[in-house]
Amino acid sequence: MTNDLPFLTIAEAAERLLRRDLSSRELTQALLDRIAAVDPRVRAYLAVTAQRALEQADAADTHIAARNATPLTGIPVAIKDVLVTRGTPTTCGSRMLEGFISPYDATVVARLQEAGAVVLGKTNMDEFAMGSSTENSAYFPTRNPWDLERVPGGSSGGSAAAVAAGEAIYALGSDTGGSIRQPAALCGVVGMKPTYGRVSRYGLVAFASSLDQVGPFTRTVRDAALVLNAICGHDPLDSTSAPIDVPDFTADLEKGVRGMRIGVPREYLPDTLDQGVRERMTEALKTLEAHGAEIDTDVSLPSTEAALAVYYIIAPSEASANLARYDGVKYGYSYRDGKTMWEDMEKTRGRGFGAEVKRRIIIGTYALSAGYYDAYYLKALKVRTVIRREFDAAFERYDALVAPVTPTPAFKIGEKTADPYAMYLNDVFTLPVNIGGLPGISVPAGFVDGLPVGLQVIGKPFDEATVFRVAHAYEQAHDWYTKRPPL
Amino acid sequence: MEIGRETVLHLARLARIDLTSDEVSTYAAQLSEILGHFDVLQRVDTEDVEPTAHTLALEDVMVEDRARPSLPRDQVLALAPLTEDGYLRVRAVLE
Repeated sequence: MTNDLPFLTIAEAAERLLRRDLSSRELTQALLDRIAAVDPRVRAYLAVTAQRALEQADAADTHIAARNATPLTGIPVAIKDVLVTRGTPTTCGSRMLEGFISPYDATVVARLQEAGAVVLGKTNMDEFAMGSSTENSAYFPTRNPWDLERVPGGSSGGSAAAVAAGEAIYALGSDTGGSIRQPAALCGVVGMKPTYGRVSRYGLVAFASSLDQVGPFTRTVRDAALVLNAICGHDPLDSTSAPIDVPDFTADLEKGVRGMRIGVPREYLPDTLDQGVRERMTEALKTLEAHGAEIDTDVSLPSTEAALAVYYIIAPSEASANLARYDGVKYGYSYRDGKTMWEDMEKTRGRGFGAEVKRRIIIGTYALSAGYYDAYYLKALKVRTVIRREFDAAFERYDALVAPVTPTPAFKIGEKTADPYAMYLNDVFTLPVNIGGLPGISVPAGFVDGLPVGLQVIGKPFDEATVFRVAHAYEQAHDWYTKRPPL
Repeated sequence: MEIGRETVLHLARLARIDLTSDEVSTYAAQLSEILGHFDVLQRVDTEDVEPTAHTLALEDVMVEDRARPSLPRDQVLALAPLTEDGYLRVRAVLE
């Protein structure tokens, strides 16, 4: 049975740990063995902290023996390398932060530690979370466990691949325009982006501060709810974390979708949608209807067509300001052979950042520069208001919206690297949710030619409970979440 | 929208990023294409629409003015490439 340990859900593992039928040390060792066996092919991890993980496992076993355990105590987790972790490397997938050791923990990491988590290591990502394939990592690309010639999605591709490949029981990622939901869909796992403000961003290395949100990758919707229970809540260290009560997200999971009104915006089912993805969507709607939901496909969010432009103005603009901190003076890579201070700084940034990061800083600088601010940045903020209003109006009629997560299944490594705009189009169904600040989940929706795709459920602000409820009902109608990649 | 090499060089200077000549050419072509896709924004009527900088209805978040420990100075300075007498050392800004 040891071979099954890496594929346990959080709920299953917690139950066995509490029964003392399994120790955290055994479980952690099983995961470390699995990482050693498959990660040379998948390359989900940038750093594995095995010794520290085993120490945390022993501490967790002590807590469990003392009947002092939470649902996450002793359960091994992988952390996207965009979250700072005290005493271990945080690179953000960038040469700029090669060798950087954070002096503090991100709030989400601290909350998991308090809950007794076992941290296995840090996962690969597109540099500074900019990308949709993990090919923008300065270190190496991560591979999709379902087909090693394909991308796992991004930017949290390492976290998604780790959970899919049985290299972690769950993982944390960050989602600015789809960076949790898109890789979750392409790797066949659950990925949840909470409402903006639900989870503290303290210690999340900033990309686009009005869009970034931390969330989990798990095997089941129930597991995602368990992780949210632990990481959500107001944090005085993040003034944009909402002072709003956090419910038990598992409480309503089993209530089903009978009588729920679910809208399907037509802009998310364009003619250009992959035929296989469309068939999975058709099935998903039938399943939800068969479980008693009222499905309405006569829904329009007309400004959706402008969302990509809004996102690729706002996110690079915020990034160009956030990434100004990498100057070679305080920490990180530092070029020192220039003739002047300015030459040092410009070479530090020219050499420390990769191609996509520089491209976005240039776009953002353009959108914010004199003469273009009104036409691009301010206009994008106004269209953002229109997009949010359309969502708000839809939620007066519907309890939740459903849509595909991605236009296609996973694409080949190298297929889109030469065309930035083609890469940006991967996020066309996920980024409107960040623009609106809404919660969204990707739940496995079956396979297209052997490759997983995802169903997206989008909810009202701070109504993650309904999102979980719909996703759980759909998930439990199938056995896709039990499938394992052929590694 | 055609973006020339001079514009990219100007933006790179504003952003303090040294670009190679090849990068300048590549970004000029890619920016021209990407900005072309942004024209779709003009189709959305935003007359009398207020901008949304972020989606939370929070403003002027206040915190208690209370002293609390900060990160240990030696740990923070240990991350810096150049320090002197407990300070970050930088090269002359004015020459």
